[in-house]
Amino acid sequence: MTTTRPLLGSPMTRLEGREKVTGTARYAVDYPVDRVAYAWPVPAAVARGEITAVDATAALADPAVLAVLSYENAPRLHDTDDRTLAVLQSPHIAHRGQFAALAVATSLEAARGAAAAIRVAYAPEPHDVILTRDHPGLYKPDEVDEGMPTDREHGDFDTVYARAQVRLDAVYETPPLHNHPLEPHAATAMWDGDDLTVYDSNQGATAVQHVLAELFGLATGKIHVINEHVGGGFGSKGTARPHVVLAAMAARVVRRPVKLALPRNQLAAVTGHRSPTIQRIRIGADTEGHVQALAHEVTTQISALDGFVEPAAVVSRVMYAAPNSRTTHRVTRLDVPTPSWMRAPGECPGMFALESAMDELAIACGVDPIELRVRNEPTVEPDSGLPFSSRHLVECLREGTRRFGWHDRDPRIAGKHEGRLLIGSGVAASTYPVYVMASHAEAHAGPDGSYEVHVSASDIGTGARTVLTQIAADALGVPLDRVRVRVGSSDLPPASVAGASSGTASWGWPVHKACTELRQRLEALGHSVPEQGLTVAADIAEDLDDREDYARHAFGAQFAEVQVDTVTGETRVRRLLGVFAAGRILNPRTARSQFIGGMTMGLGMALLEGSTMDPAFGDYAERDLASYHVPACADVPEIDVHWIEEEDPQLNPMGSKGIGEIGIVGTAAAIANAVHHATGVRIRALPIHPAVLMPPLAGARQASPS
Amino acid sequence: MRLTFTVNGRQQEADDVWEGESLLYVLRERMGLPGSKNACEQGECGSCTVRLDGVPVCACLVAAGQVQDREVVTVEGLADYARQRAEGGCGTGACGTSLDDAKRWQSKPADGRTGEAGAFPQQLSAIQRAFIDAGAVQCGFCTPGLLVAADELLERNASPSDEDIREALSGNLCRCTGYEKILDAVRLAAARTEEAV
Ligand code: FES
Ligand code: FES
Repeated sequence: MTTTRPLLGSPMTRLEGREKVTGTARYAVDYPVDRVAYAWPVPAAVARGEITAVDATAALADPAVLAVLSYENAPRLHDTDDRTLAVLQSPHIAHRGQFAALAVATSLEAARGAAAAIRVAYAPEPHDVILTRDHPGLYKPDEVDEGMPTDREHGDFDTVYARAQVRLDAVYETPPLHNHPLEPHAATAMWDGDDLTVYDSNQGATAVQHVLAELFGLATGKIHVINEHVGGGFGSKGTARPHVVLAAMAARVVRRPVKLALPRNQLAAVTGHRSPTIQRIRIGADTEGHVQALAHEVTTQISALDGFVEPAAVVSRVMYAAPNSRTTHRVTRLDVPTPSWMRAPGECPGMFALESAMDELAIACGVDPIELRVRNEPTVEPDSGLPFSSRHLVECLREGTRRFGWHDRDPRIAGKHEGRLLIGSGVAASTYPVYVMASHAEAHAGPDGSYEVHVSASDIGTGARTVLTQIAADALGVPLDRVRVRVGSSDLPPASVAGASSGTASWGWPVHKACTELRQRLEALGHSVPEQGLTVAADIAEDLDDREDYARHAFGAQFAEVQVDTVTGETRVRRLLGVFAAGRILNPRTARSQFIGGMTMGLGMALLEGSTMDPAFGDYAERDLASYHVPACADVPEIDVHWIEEEDPQLNPMGSKGIGEIGIVGTAAAIANAVHHATGVRIRALPIHPAVLMPPLAGARQASPS
Repeated sequence: MRLTFTVNGRQQEADDVWEGESLLYVLRERMGLPGSKNACEQGECGSCTVRLDGVPVCACLVAAGQVQDREVVTVEGLADYARQRAEGGCGTGACGTSLDDAKRWQSKPADGRTGEAGAFPQQLSAIQRAFIDAGAVQCGFCTPGLLVAADELLERNASPSDEDIREALSGNLCRCTGYEKILDAVRLAAARTEEAV
């Protein structure tokens, strides 16, 4: 493929597309492995307590069963920071679904049968699994995400809010959400002496390598993590998960390779999820809608084992000029599964609350919601006072206004009928930070004019392999087909996880750097490549330290049109439009699909998705794809995506911002705002189910018997 | 039991099969055909979709005993299956396969393991090419099932409406793409096939 078009920004088709459409792409448990055994975990059947006995007699009676592991006999692991990985190390159970035992057998069916035959006895203890705004265990965590302050205060919120002409005080709630990538968490583990090789479904081979090395007390060089193809993750595979530890442990015990694919109904408890949030927002404004005081106070939960504190108020430190502000996070420990990252952690639930509140404020002030946002556009990042490296939120709103036909919208509430359907439209803003993490890469020139680029990147479906090839070829100044990029193995130069929308920047930068230097070295050599080839390694740690201080974020605007059936209470999205400003888009084909995929997940969050904690049993009731509804083809309308050309020299050599997460930020608010416009009913707790819309709709019908 | 059935045009046998084992397990673990994916194992996601005597089914819900003497087509055999169909054969077994067709249609090498890409270079079917060209693949885990389902739709209905496509594919979940590009791919495959006729 020779092309004269610029390589960065060209819609190159996915490099591994052929393998994926022919069924030959190998995922974690697809590799042919001799003498393989299969493992099946046994989830704990109490929400909290101690295991008092593990009876494996019946399970071991089947000659196909090779081992039954529990805390009584499992190999001892070294401690790590992640207590969810200390599997089968203690009789204590911290939440229902935590692994209590593991069956290993020569066939999957035998392992499954054995797991069912293991008798685990427990001494249950009382549990506490329900988050409330006044939970007695609420405390102020030290930080909410690595290095992010828990609370921030500017000016005098209380006084200014109390005197404001227009005041809004509302509480928004988001339910627990589960990532549910299509590929369940799975691993194949093999030992060769003290060398461990795992084919694992994860978002970061280097990270999993390090944690396995720690757990098993081995040098990192002894651990080989391969994640050539990964069936999605959305944050739930951003860290090592218990399945890979169990597989490695089992393989060591039975002295055979072991495959462990978690059954879908076990995922909800052990692979992370988005915590529920309760968010109180108070806004004090003048009658023109200028925000003078803003408070965003978040209440959320973590597990007894630990977990990620959902930093939902952080968006209010970025979005709007508010001279007096307060952003806080309070958290409580409950006997629940351990929460973790799900697509746009913090921003996604935080913007549901903030952007719903902005819509409410617009209505209270009688100002168009787009105009309201424009009026509150800050000149610097409100919390840090730093200049934005680039911020084109207003341009996104304006472009969306034009494309969506916003000016034709009648602002009156519940004013548009089509038979029994009420029609409405809504808007919300999107934002996501620009992260870059230190990574390494190597570029090698062969004497035959070919190039190999190595980086332990993870292509979880984003198109990383493809875009890195574009970046490499561009920096080398050669056609794409001369460059082969290898990713998906911890044996390659160490690199960061595919998370925080940082992959392309974090991997592309050292790839660009290594290739640029290689090109210069080759030029100095008069383009004659030495017989053994020429290799250049690059690391961007210093480049990151040298960066100037800027507030770096991507922005966007999302528009939704919905119809609400007044008889059934069902909401359907008719149109969705997203306009984004995310730096330079390096591959429009894969980028578009990322944006739309994010918006679709946002649509799921608005209307379909949510896990409910069962107070008596202490686990999530939705444990399969029949009860946890991810959007299906028929749920998704025409989704339109555009982006604004954005030049930003303060990012990285490619000029790109991450795009994997911003698509889900703001979608749910745009849809909830559209539902309000259609019906006059404000839904502040997601998802917008018929059951929550029916009572107010029925009330409205009675009030106006037309 | 000894299980005898046809997979991708080639007769296969497996011994000591428990009748209740899923067809998905037989394909993935016994036949070395891991293209069909297991994402839920209870008929909710469509990742395991294969053709059984021409009918798209969730392989996770079909018991091994039910496929005795029947014909299965998986994503690994889709390209050859589509080619044979284009050449006027049938491939499902339901309408009989001529000896010549059967000889031509061998998507699997004789050792029973499908090789990695390139081991037996094959021409992609229209729907496979369209999935690549339209950008309908992200992580690819839903892709094998979607391809089998979409190919079956186009076999029945050469120019499906958007509603036909959504209906036919509504049993196949995709968590990555938002479906837009998948719809595009089906439209593209239909348009190209029409042009070619
Ligand atoms: S794996 Fe068969 S339908 Fe999901
Ligand atoms: S491409 Fe990942 S689930 Fe469809």
